[in-house]
Amino acid sequence: MSLLKVERLDVRHGLLQAVRAVDLELQEGETLALVGANGAGKTTLLRAIAGAHRPAAGRVLLDGADVTTAPAYRRVRLGISLVPEGRRLFPGLTVEENLLVGGRSGRKGPWNLDAVYGLFPALRELTRRRARVISGGEQQMCAIGRALMANPRLLLLDEVSLGLAPVVVQALYETIASVGRQGTTVVLVEQDVARALGTATRVACMLEGRIVLERDAAAVSRDQIVDAYFGLRRGAAA
Amino acid sequence: MSPADGTSMLAAVGLRKRFGALVVLQKVDFTVLEGEAIGIVGPNGAGKTTLLNVLSGALPASEGKVTFRGADVTPLRAAARCRRGIARAHQVPRPFGGMTVFENVFVAASAGGGHHGRAGYTRCIESLELSGMLQVANRRAETLGLLDRKRLELARAVVTDPVVLLLDEIGGGLTDAEASQLVETIRSLHDRGIAIVWIEHIVHVLVQVVERLVCMDAGRVIADGAPEEVMADAAVIDAYLGSAA
Amino acid sequence: MIWLNQIIQGVLLGGYYALIASGLSLMFGVMRIINLAHGDLAILGAFLTLLLADHAGLDPFVSLAVVLPALAVLGWLLQRTMLERSLRAGVLVPLLTTFGLAIVVQNVLFEEYGADTRSLGPQIGDLAFSSWTITDQIYISHLSVIIFGVAVTVLGGLHLLLRLTPIGRALRATAEDADTAELVGINSKSVYAVAAGIAVATAGLAGVFLAMRSSFDPYSGPPQLIFAFEAVVIGGLGSLWGTLAGGIILGVAQNVGAQLNPQWQIIAGHIVFLAILAARLVLTEVSSRGGFRVVLAQRV
Repeated sequence: MSLLKVERLDVRHGLLQAVRAVDLELQEGETLALVGANGAGKTTLLRAIAGAHRPAAGRVLLDGADVTTAPAYRRVRLGISLVPEGRRLFPGLTVEENLLVGGRSGRKGPWNLDAVYGLFPALRELTRRRARVISGGEQQMCAIGRALMANPRLLLLDEVSLGLAPVVVQALYETIASVGRQGTTVVLVEQDVARALGTATRVACMLEGRIVLERDAAAVSRDQIVDAYFGLRRGAAA
Repeated sequence: MSPADGTSMLAAVGLRKRFGALVVLQKVDFTVLEGEAIGIVGPNGAGKTTLLNVLSGALPASEGKVTFRGADVTPLRAAARCRRGIARAHQVPRPFGGMTVFENVFVAASAGGGHHGRAGYTRCIESLELSGMLQVANRRAETLGLLDRKRLELARAVVTDPVVLLLDEIGGGLTDAEASQLVETIRSLHDRGIAIVWIEHIVHVLVQVVERLVCMDAGRVIADGAPEEVMADAAVIDAYLGSAA
Repeated sequence: MIWLNQIIQGVLLGGYYALIASGLSLMFGVMRIINLAHGDLAILGAFLTLLLADHAGLDPFVSLAVVLPALAVLGWLLQRTMLERSLRAGVLVPLLTTFGLAIVVQNVLFEEYGADTRSLGPQIGDLAFSSWTITDQIYISHLSVIIFGVAVTVLGGLHLLLRLTPIGRALRATAEDADTAELVGINSKSVYAVAAGIAVATAGLAGVFLAMRSSFDPYSGPPQLIFAFEAVVIGGLGSLWGTLAGGIILGVAQNVGAQLNPQWQIIAGHIVFLAILAARLVLTEVSSRGGFRVVLAQRV
């Protein structure tokens, strides 16, 4: 049985249809890269899977169980953790407090404070610093650590590279790859397609709310992605 | 990109825009000729919307000039530029919900276009016909669906007699059928001689209307030319997708 | 010397104001709700204590063991039934619903108890007026010291709760970003309900002490709400220890005003509140424009 199954999901933002009839299936241990232009619906899809956004139609199934109406905090307890776009740390709480809050759901697993500090040694120096004063890269590490503290089975990462220097992003992605190797299923939304392809086992490209391409990462060419990304070969061109 | 023939309608000359220490527009130069339709594309954070805000007058430039028909309009604010002929439709349609479609357009006609009373009524009806909104003229704006709200934005912008229309990501969230209808509406405005400057992510909708694409990345123009050329440009693809592995 | 006495009385009075303000501060800090029924809930606590004293002969301090949990549960219920729904309808709707709640509480109490003023003074015997005489012009009442001590303990307890406990962290996280709090596994609704329970319980505690040190009637709630609100605003929204400082400043202002002229007591507090509010607004505006230098240069 697949770990995550999304069936004909429709998600709206007010009047705007952000996700249209999306079908998706993920096996445990896979890493899926979700790419696409701005406004394609990637973040909305991720938030709908995490429970932050109620779909207008369709279902989300975790291990076969229908979680479509489960609120976000309950999905964390079931094993879905989202690292939101823009980090969204709690600015007045310290690094350690942010991590501790992440562990509140009480799920069992390998991730605890020590393990997270082991993964991100730089955070050990910053335990008492308030989240609002640390750098972007440090915030991203803390946000990922906070999500890991819930011992998720499915880790959702939304644009972790945004605003960060390439060296920092490189280190982050190596860490994400190691998390994936330990068995966690990962979905990452990423603007930098090359970076995403380097880490993922599968890639899906979204355009205007639909998934228009879904391939194994090793079997897809850059040209195929470019076509799907802009949708230029389809429809009438001027 | 100098205008070989054709009058310069709207031009950005050495535009720089800073928010504190953050430089969003590095040095932007381009010209929109009379009756041209150009699209502005580029990845997230490239500065497209900021550029539009500076062109329309919603934001002041830190350095550089905005010229309109050759005259420097940089010190003018948005309302004044609107009266000169630069109109703008917003990304998220925000009509005056409790007023009817007609009333929404009439406010724009009298305040922005200077058409009062009877003359204003006639202008409104023309504008509503042009944007395909005449049948719903007496409906309250808040009852409109997404496509009609976007068309209302266009109608409001057009009633002020613009010669340049700035569109900010107006294509988002529409079904294929709705997108086609929107394209038709924008085409008919363009056919009347209004120059169009259109920021858009949904490139395949954009290329149905525009003759020229300008691609921005990190506050600069990195490509400017025919749509097929620009979208095939390696630098443009790299800007969106990241460098080839 | 008489001024020193007034200042000391003002500081001690500030302890009471801080106590009644702490619940209001907590609810606003965590949920952005201004509970307009806050003062009336305090009075409800006072009447409940009176009921227990009259029918069960319970000493007011002993009956706290019943009154505090009862009001905590009431606060929890109010949040989960009324305030949660109100918040969903918009940020200003809770103002309307708590205003309605205030009217309901006042009139139910009036129906039950009539307009007579009451006091718990008789139930606490000597404590109602006993004091230490420092000099012939300085008196320090035992009760006001007790109230000040309780206020500091409550504020200190809340501070420790927020800093050190998991529920406290969850409260702070939810206060800063409820959306992300949900994404990390915090049930924001139950967190809000806990905060409401604590807030109403502290209101009740303050109400009981108000009943001991002076008198009350079913309509005594609104003035208490105003003092609580002023203390919170003077001390700075969202700061617990600021609320203590705010309460003290209010208390001192009132007592100094009273010394100048007994009729000026309340208005002196209001004037100081307005002055500090105005100063705050000006400072915020100036700093958002880049500091005094920038603003003054622009004028020139």
